[in-house]
Amino acid sequence: MSAARPAFAPSPAARTLIGVVLVAFFAIPIVSMLLYTLRDVDGGTTLANWAALADPANAGRYRPIWTGLGNSLVLALVTVAIVLVLLAPTMVLVHLRFPKLRRPFEFLALLPITIPAIVLVVGLAPVYLVIGRTFGTGIWTLAFAYGVTVLPFAYRAIQASIDAVDLATLAEAARSLGASWFQVLWRVLAPNLRPGLVAASLISVAVVLGEYTIASLLGRQNLQTALVVVGKQDPYASVILSLCSLAFAFLLLVVIGRAGARRSRPAPRTSRKARP
Amino acid sequence: MIVATTATPTTGAGTAGAPAPHPAASPDRMPRRAASGAPAWLGLVPFAAYVLLFLALPTLLAVASGFFDGDGGFTFANVAGLADPVILATFWNSAWLSALTAVVGAVLGALACYALLGLEGTRVRGLVDAASGVLAQFGGVMLAFAFIATIGLQGVVTLWLQDALGVDLYADGAWIYALPGLILPYVYFQVPLMIITFMPAMASLKPQWAEANLTLGGTHAGFWRHIGMPVLAPSFVASLLLLFANAFSSYATAAALASQGSQIVPLQIRTALTSETLLGRENLAGALALGMIAVMALTMWAYAAIQRRAARWQR
Repeated sequence: MSAARPAFAPSPAARTLIGVVLVAFFAIPIVSMLLYTLRDVDGGTTLANWAALADPANAGRYRPIWTGLGNSLVLALVTVAIVLVLLAPTMVLVHLRFPKLRRPFEFLALLPITIPAIVLVVGLAPVYLVIGRTFGTGIWTLAFAYGVTVLPFAYRAIQASIDAVDLATLAEAARSLGASWFQVLWRVLAPNLRPGLVAASLISVAVVLGEYTIASLLGRQNLQTALVVVGKQDPYASVILSLCSLAFAFLLLVVIGRAGARRSRPAPRTSRKARP
Repeated sequence: MIVATTATPTTGAGTAGAPAPHPAASPDRMPRRAASGAPAWLGLVPFAAYVLLFLALPTLLAVASGFFDGDGGFTFANVAGLADPVILATFWNSAWLSALTAVVGAVLGALACYALLGLEGTRVRGLVDAASGVLAQFGGVMLAFAFIATIGLQGVVTLWLQDALGVDLYADGAWIYALPGLILPYVYFQVPLMIITFMPAMASLKPQWAEANLTLGGTHAGFWRHIGMPVLAPSFVASLLLLFANAFSSYATAAALASQGSQIVPLQIRTALTSETLLGRENLAGALALGMIAVMALTMWAYAAIQRRAARWQR
């Protein structure tokens, strides 16, 4: 218990009551998912539904899931590349050389929040017709659209790191010691921004693995569209995989939290920690 | 010169407050030297081109397509089509579903923030922060499956209610696949978002205010009525608007639950995009997109305006 409890803090009883009600509301669907996957036809408990997922006899039925998972992983990789190669250097450049552009850039980066994916997809359809003709219909092209979807999240994660590091001094020091701009970015700034870059990458992975709207309406297969397709015949498989995805996302976010905590420890003045 | 911080329009993954801008980062310390070789603005070109192609162009195309008919001629017919009673009804459905889940989510989320007061730095707080981050992202298809497993026709809770209490959840039909079925899943992702966005405001309440209140003879309830709630009201309304926008733009959960029908605007867009059968309405999707952007822009504008006012107390 922290030493200085503010006078407006709730009483322990009120705290417990609110806590129990909310934890129950959030735990029930997750526990239900688990029980649902363990249910036997005759009401008993069984691991058969989990085993069926790995059974070669069912390979045909579950193939969309593995294809979708593979596609989603490719998309996650390319999206992270877009964030690290395109967004991050541009943010550093804006911070160092175009301070007047910082606010417009922030507005731009947060804009995708205001434009729902379902709206974006209406305009993306003709764009992807052209892309299909020039780059082919490989799944990776979809990552260009995902780069826009993750933009606000990645921006906030990286910006928090940029605000915590004195980029200007680092860059000037490296430049005066004879480093090229590429060396400055890669050898000096990137290691200093690592917590933000790691957090931005992880949150991008989480968002891409959960994306459904754009993929389904552009007629592409990813993990989420596969879950819907398979779920129509075999809800157990879809519930099992949803549960696994949730566990995986929780793991990712815990890793992000760790990365954030490691950053804020040596710098005592960052009392309020930015959590991407 | 104001150094950009992430304090203004924010959403989802955490208004938790960026670290204070470093004083040394102020622009007057920027190197004035022109880079050797290529001018620096060339470095902005790739990202600018990317945003132009994949954010600006699709948005413009989406909105503009609402003003053209199937043969490429300019028309107001699609936009006028928004006044169709069926379309108006879907906008109304979307609006009340978003408003209802925003209000419920905001109240529950604010209660959670209240319960977390005074727990800064403890394990509980860290756990809640992490869980909120995950669950706010846990929208979409997976959430639909979670609720099918819980209160679906064969759901765990449904069967338990039936066997243990003799209550039939579906006495009035399979509402989980219709509009009412969306309420619980939406609340499920609204509450974590509320915790993420409202917690910084709650945390900015100063213990000194409570002490001053007590010194002057005020009570616990009096503190909340005269100090806490008025101070937090702008932040609360701002978060409420964000939750409304969040629900209004959500598509995947609804699409996975309601595979038929188009009760809300995003599903109506799906129908308009995937079926060519609506005669003379080829570009209705564009008009619907325009309507959605209008609602979203208005909501986010109000959010930003109120958030600026709320920021006054968060120093």
